[in-house]
Amino acid sequence: MRLRSAIYLASAAAAFAALSLAGALPSGAADKVDPVADAKAFKKFFTDKFPKVKLEDFVNGPYSMNEDLYRQWQEKEQFPPYEFSLEMGKEMFSKPFKNGKTYADCFPNGGIGIRQNYPIFDDKEGKVITLELALNRCREANGEQPYSYVKDEMAALTAYMAFTSRGKPMDIKIPDDPRALAAYENGKEYFYTRRGQLNFSCATCHVQSPGERIRAEILAPALGIVNAMPIYRSEWSGMGTTSRRFVTCNSQIRGVPLSPQDDEYRNVEYYLSYVSNGLPISGPGARP
Amino acid sequence: MRTAIPKSALVLALLAAAALPAFAAGAEDDYKAAYAAAEAANKEAAKLRNQWTTTASTLAAAKKAAEAGEFDKATASAKEAEALAKASIFQATSEKTRWRDMEIR
Amino acid sequence: MASTIRVRATSSGETTEVQALIQHPMDSGFVKDSKGEIIPPHFIQQLTFEHDGKNVFTADWGGGVSKDPYVKFTFKGGKKGDELKISWVDNKGATDTATAKIQ
Repeated sequence: MRLRSAIYLASAAAAFAALSLAGALPSGAADKVDPVADAKAFKKFFTDKFPKVKLEDFVNGPYSMNEDLYRQWQEKEQFPPYEFSLEMGKEMFSKPFKNGKTYADCFPNGGIGIRQNYPIFDDKEGKVITLELALNRCREANGEQPYSYVKDEMAALTAYMAFTSRGKPMDIKIPDDPRALAAYENGKEYFYTRRGQLNFSCATCHVQSPGERIRAEILAPALGIVNAMPIYRSEWSGMGTTSRRFVTCNSQIRGVPLSPQDDEYRNVEYYLSYVSNGLPISGPGARP
Repeated sequence: MRTAIPKSALVLALLAAAALPAFAAGAEDDYKAAYAAAEAANKEAAKLRNQWTTTASTLAAAKKAAEAGEFDKATASAKEAEALAKASIFQATSEKTRWRDMEIR
Repeated sequence: MASTIRVRATSSGETTEVQALIQHPMDSGFVKDSKGEIIPPHFIQQLTFEHDGKNVFTADWGGGVSKDPYVKFTFKGGKKGDELKISWVDNKGATDTATAKIQ
């Protein structure tokens, strides 16, 4: 009798242990964070799904998903709708602050041709710094008021900086620092997590359904999606920042948005940019 | 001449009239309790950084109905808001592990 | 102040293709601002392109045309070096004009 209960107890313990192990695996706590493998798998997923699209063309979003849209876009690019915003951005970038300094003093290479390096992991702060954040910090460091992350001024500035980097391959670095890897992983988690009453994750549209329609719009693939930022959207009748897009995507799926430049947003931009390394900067972009 | 209203009916009517404010007060209390519960759940969702826009708008609708004195309607809305808030909490907690299902590997 | 009119015109010998991008709010008068007040109508009512003293293109617009409108058209004639004159008038009586050389 005692032996039997001992056997029951042992088998119960073994079953419990097996269940716990099985429970632990899906959470991936035991998996090592491997951005290099992730990026490779990410690119393979999209190139397999769209074998006729050249790798560098993924940065054109919906235009590489639909021939008719592509034709219309090519025509528009001859005389792009973002010209006014781009000009405004160039003027803003060159205009000195009240203290005489300029944005060029805050950035390597005077801020020209460096957009492809952002977001950057700052090891002093232990956090991801996006281009938008860096621009506002530059302003504040020089006694100026920061710009709204979702309005025209920030959009124009980042449009100009993106323009000076057009064609350059995205070049995001993840240093061998557990905090950087954690930020990357957090961004990845954000990207795939479903949210809002509509229960969509970023992946629901941009991984599961690129090339398909949501209402009247054609969805862009996640590969290269940030390479075109900021974007002039016909829907907005103007240039909009990455922050604006994150916020509006959240509210569109009925999720209360976070604040622009909150950790999760910075991290998801970090993740999306890293897995698109090597693809050219195409910003500022024009979108429907 | 005898009145057509029987005494029992009169008593019942008087009782009902006395009870009406009590019922109304009950309806308002129900609303307040439901609204408080919904707000608490929405605060929980906020801690998880996963609130839904429809939770907020349903709570607002509840408050508006209550201000108009429509307590039954207000309570129904508040209860719906609580359900939405709880669903958003469930979503946030379950997605903590389920997000991996979507991950490209 | 910079011109609101950007234009590019290219001649193939027989025909000339014209593209123009015009900076204008083109408010229809039906949209409300964040305070809930109507943004008053403010849009281009007429846009004309002149070549060799003749109107080669006239657009009569209303509030249905979007902000910063883009126009593209082709007309017979026009050769390299010719001048093209573009003007617009809006519902507030404001105007702008630009001239471009056909390439």
